[in-house]
Amino acid sequence: MSLFKRKEKATGEILAGGESAIANKEVEGLSQGQIVRRRFFRHRAAVGALIILTSLILFVMTALDTKIGPIRIPGWWKWTTEDIPALRFEDCPGGTTGCPTLSLKPGSSFGMGTHPFGQDDIGRDYFALVMNGARRSLMIMFVIGAVAGFIGVVVGSIAGFYGKMVDAVLMRLVDFIQTVPTIIIAAVIGKAAGKVGPLYLALFLGILGWTGLARLVRAQFLSLREMEFVDAARVAGASNIRIAFKHILPNAVGQIIVAVTLIMAGAILTETALSYLGFGVVAPDVSLGLLISQYESSFTTRPWLFWWPGLFIISIALCVNFIGDGLRDAFDPRQRRRITKKDRLQAKVQAKAGA
Amino acid sequence: MILFGSSFMVYNLAAYASDPLAELRLSNDDTAQQQIAALTRQLNLDTPPPIRYFLWLRGLLGLFVGNLNLGTTRDGLSVQGELAYAIPVTIRLVLVATITAVLLGLALGIISALRQYSRFDYGMTFLAFLLYSLPIFWVAVLLKEFMAIQFNNFLSEPNIPVRWMVIFSIFIGIFWGSLLGGERKRFWTVFAGAFATNFVILWAIDLTDWYLNPGLGIFLIALLSVGIAFGVTSISSGITDIKARNAALTMAGLAVVWYYPAQWIFNNYASYLTVFLLIVVLVTTGVFVARLFSKIDRGPIARTAIITGVLCGFLILIDRVMQSWKEYSATDAVNYRPVPTFGQRKDQLVTTDFWLNNLDIIMHLILPTLALILISLAGWIRYSRGALLEVLNQDYIRTARAKGLNERVVITRHAFRNMMLPLSSLFVGEFVGLVGGAVITERVFGWQGMGTLGIKAINTYDLNLLMGVNLLLSFLVVVGNLLADLLYSALDPRIRLRK
Repeated sequence: MSLFKRKEKATGEILAGGESAIANKEVEGLSQGQIVRRRFFRHRAAVGALIILTSLILFVMTALDTKIGPIRIPGWWKWTTEDIPALRFEDCPGGTTGCPTLSLKPGSSFGMGTHPFGQDDIGRDYFALVMNGARRSLMIMFVIGAVAGFIGVVVGSIAGFYGKMVDAVLMRLVDFIQTVPTIIIAAVIGKAAGKVGPLYLALFLGILGWTGLARLVRAQFLSLREMEFVDAARVAGASNIRIAFKHILPNAVGQIIVAVTLIMAGAILTETALSYLGFGVVAPDVSLGLLISQYESSFTTRPWLFWWPGLFIISIALCVNFIGDGLRDAFDPRQRRRITKKDRLQAKVQAKAGA
Repeated sequence: MILFGSSFMVYNLAAYASDPLAELRLSNDDTAQQQIAALTRQLNLDTPPPIRYFLWLRGLLGLFVGNLNLGTTRDGLSVQGELAYAIPVTIRLVLVATITAVLLGLALGIISALRQYSRFDYGMTFLAFLLYSLPIFWVAVLLKEFMAIQFNNFLSEPNIPVRWMVIFSIFIGIFWGSLLGGERKRFWTVFAGAFATNFVILWAIDLTDWYLNPGLGIFLIALLSVGIAFGVTSISSGITDIKARNAALTMAGLAVVWYYPAQWIFNNYASYLTVFLLIVVLVTTGVFVARLFSKIDRGPIARTAIITGVLCGFLILIDRVMQSWKEYSATDAVNYRPVPTFGQRKDQLVTTDFWLNNLDIIMHLILPTLALILISLAGWIRYSRGALLEVLNQDYIRTARAKGLNERVVITRHAFRNMMLPLSSLFVGEFVGLVGGAVITERVFGWQGMGTLGIKAINTYDLNLLMGVNLLLSFLVVVGNLLADLLYSALDPRIRLRK
């Protein structure tokens, strides 16, 4: 049965000392941070995702005008979400209007055109709308990540560090927030907060999303506080706060970062889902979920109104997920790099040269 | 206790966040004042929410004296009644989706772990991440467009272009090639085989217009049954076990012999009871056949025979449902557009035919279930792959290999069972999570389930209804967690509840 067949290792390939020797040699004399960075940069998918996400954020953030108080930074895109240019009629399939001018076919039509993503019902530039929506969704994603991350770390570390009563009370609080069905309560809050503004929506969603992280941090603290280096710090006279923040937290930071990236990937999906249901960001504000919900029915005739926001949601969530995966691999001490044939060969050559 | 706390919190949050009077306050109608007063009296709005909560709680506590009262909705309907209607709908949707997703995800995850760092593994990892990042409402709309509307259009003029046949066959070829894996030569052999088989099947389907009048027929069933017999034997007890193989083949043969009598039974006595009896008969025959073939080691042989028998019986069942397809698409309610995009049943379809009714239910289930499966499949691929890799690194696996057990036994007996431990508790959680998460799927496909009720409650500021939905979902979470713990301690002898 071929399904169960194992890949046989050629005996010649296994050298004296084996694979761990090759892996150990690589991390000799490096600090923890250096090891993690090295491992992360070797994860091709994660690095690719990081590059794409960074450029995507830059692309989205600079496309439109940004207002910070009285200062106004102009964006590079010619339309804003308020402009209503004339609707394009010519060359559109099946008598529709406002079809996209983006053309990737080589030749005279190659290029962005005036409205690369097309136009909506009244002629607003869809590129500008999508950029604005992506900007909202990104902003909400980061705020949720920050708020949930902060609360989760604080609650988790207090519960794990002090244990006993404090732990019991805080963990009951976690249980109790977890029993509340997320979508329903988020919708209740969203309906009230959506009108106030997307920032408040993000804050509220963050307040709901920290429970998983808190459990994780608590478990880390519970095991780390029994370690000898904590005793050593205590003997040296360090205060509780110093032990918690200087000694224990840095050891748990890997898992925390990974969990926060996963929260953020989930957050963008939650936000768009809520906006889709009509409980998140509400018109006249724009978000990717809202755009999809508004133009869902016109999918058959004008599919571009549906494709672009969806593609942006997917690429953002996908990138964040891949980065999270790369980070997890990088922080996991048990995870060693896969030893390739090339490495074995190199080790062999070195061994020979040494002899 | 936790239920009490969380319901108290949700009640107050919802009560403060929503204002059922807002619309009336803005209206200039003369009667607005009276309406406000009436509504205030009806909903006890002059009582502050924390106290109003206890009024609601009193109705809930009536549960213990057999007098449950969750209040009425704003339309004057009883909340219990609404919930009782919505629960089965959601459960039907979620149960099918969860089970399929788990089975499929486990299979893909296990194979991908066994072939760690192969092309197949990388492909599965990427697929899992992609599915993980898909917004469900987006997928649902796409499914509606391509699986329903376009497919219905296709059915009105059925003709598969050769170009699509080739492209589709290439994909299937790549899938099987990388699944069975191995050296380059082996890959191309498998690829060519799968490509050719798939192409011939598609071509045959196209020539015979199979999708207009589908069915398996006795020859296909015979062929598939023999295939199932071999497949089940090789996984369940090893292909070299001649007794088990013969028992399985006998079961397959019996299924084929029973094909025509089964048709008669299905046509004359169709009901869920018949289907249930069929399964019982198959299981007992399986035990009997195993007894016939061997005096020793009856357990594993009976297992092989029973699995084969049930799968073959399932084939006959599928065949019977498929036979109703032509009649189903010809009914007035369906009118040759058999894949529906909306609702959980066709109201216009009035028939007492067991198979037509079930086909209708299945057709309505397909799209929403597919959407839910796509979303939750990702998690299961990742979990099962991770769990199996973790287990394969354990010492007892090395011991099992060292004492000379073959790889099949190591994987199915030693690794698979241990890997299922952490997954079993996840299953409960996933199921409960999906019940709450089906909101969006229900909304896109117009199902009248729990999610739709919840949305309606929020939109109309209907506190009683919202609390009913919320209570039920939280209750499910609590019960689910308890079940998961109990299941885990029952399965894993290392864990004992402390006294």
